[in-house]
Amino acid sequence: MAKILANYGGLLMAAMGQTLLLALYGLFFACIIGLVVGLMSVVKNRACNIIATIFVDIIRGVPMIVLAFYVFFAVPMLLNNILHLNTMLGLSGSITLSGLQAGTICLALNCGAYMAEIIRAGIESVDKGQMEAARSLGLPYWKAMAKVVLPQAIRTMIPSIINQFIITLKDTSILSVIGFPELVNTAKNVVGITMSAFQVWSIVAIMYLVVITLLSRLAKRVERRLNRGRQ
Amino acid sequence: MKKLFAFGMASVMALSLAACGGAASTASSTAAAPADSASSEAASAETTGKKWVIATDTVFKPFEYTDASGNFVGIDVDIVAAIAEDQGFEYEMKSLGWDAAIAACQSGQADGMIAGASITDERKASGWTFSDGYYDSTQTMTVAADSDITGFADLSGKTVAVKTATQGASYAESLKDEYGFNITYFEDSPTMYQAVLGGQCVACFEDTPIMKASIKDGDLALKVLNDTASDPAPYGFAIFNTDNQELLDMFNAGLADIKENGKYDEILAKYLG
Repeated sequence: MAKILANYGGLLMAAMGQTLLLALYGLFFACIIGLVVGLMSVVKNRACNIIATIFVDIIRGVPMIVLAFYVFFAVPMLLNNILHLNTMLGLSGSITLSGLQAGTICLALNCGAYMAEIIRAGIESVDKGQMEAARSLGLPYWKAMAKVVLPQAIRTMIPSIINQFIITLKDTSILSVIGFPELVNTAKNVVGITMSAFQVWSIVAIMYLVVITLLSRLAKRVERRLNRGRQ
Repeated sequence: MKKLFAFGMASVMALSLAACGGAASTASSTAAAPADSASSEAASAETTGKKWVIATDTVFKPFEYTDASGNFVGIDVDIVAAIAEDQGFEYEMKSLGWDAAIAACQSGQADGMIAGASITDERKASGWTFSDGYYDSTQTMTVAADSDITGFADLSGKTVAVKTATQGASYAESLKDEYGFNITYFEDSPTMYQAVLGGQCVACFEDTPIMKASIKDGDLALKVLNDTASDPAPYGFAIFNTDNQELLDMFNAGLADIKENGKYDEILAKYLG
């Protein structure tokens, strides 16, 4: 184990960096998607509600490994060979997505769908009277939503959102199948070179455990801060 | 901080305990299964001795794969069958996949593995013992049929696809710095070929005969660049636990026999044409 750490520790640490980078990008866009889709499912507009429901149903209904293959292989093929977007845009080659781009899209879509549900549930958990009171005081709908409903909703959402962040961080491992050099992809490579399965997977398990434990602690601290002043 | 450290230690301990429990329970459950079947044929087992468990990959065409009629076949499969017949030992082939085959040998759930594994010093240093080489592999680079890449010099700044833990990956790694290209690792050949066909990568590296067979079978729009071939490197049968030395000795003796009596050439001809 010590020898593997000495020879491949740097490689695995770099891979952990890639994992965190991918998770960070994915979560950033997931928050945007989640907020937009979540709001679309609570506003009083049937078209918005239906679009939000279809989006969440499709993403939740497809395993992320399938989504990953689709985004990485099928989408560029669709753009180049069927829509001929590359010739339309005057590009010489074909449009392709890098592992990081495809991975970010997958994580953002997948996590975004779950975030949308968390946000919808959070908003619906705020008493209807809050919105009615704000509106009767003359606040426009979006102002009432942003200043009265969302601040209360976010407090109830925080634990679920943190949970979803951790799930997404671990879900980056699924993207090893499209060749993105994150921790699991790199670990498989090191297992192959050294043929030392248990040692390498133990190192990887501890690395994930340490990072996720630290992040959970940090998230707890943020949660406490946001809840300050609450009865 | 102290609290945090204690928590960390506790979680590591919990993890290692869980790992022990998991391994032990699977070991006992697999041990129980053969025991049931063994009792019915106890008489034959006593006279013929131990039944060796040999782990292999799921798909590493043409070394092991499932053919159109659902049979598990391949060069590795046939070589083991021929050697077992020659040496008169009983065995059970388990198609576990590359990663799982390694773990199975390390944990003692399998006695040996044959999965087109190259004999390398690094693997020997991790505690593996290899048989004599049973196949010499050369690696070549393959590009899309309409690609204008003709050699390694054209790869500068580009990305190539390789398959995790293969000789092709090592070959690409050895050239990477000299020619300044990047490597993306995929888990299986179809995904790797798809990455080249789809343009995500400009080239891939694989065993020459395997690549040629795959291109022919799948009618893939790829071309093999013959002058990019590596020096041949041998594949070996491997054991992890030195208690299984007997199996390795039988493999080596049997391999020498089938090479002599022509059975070996017959198997290669059957799969490589």
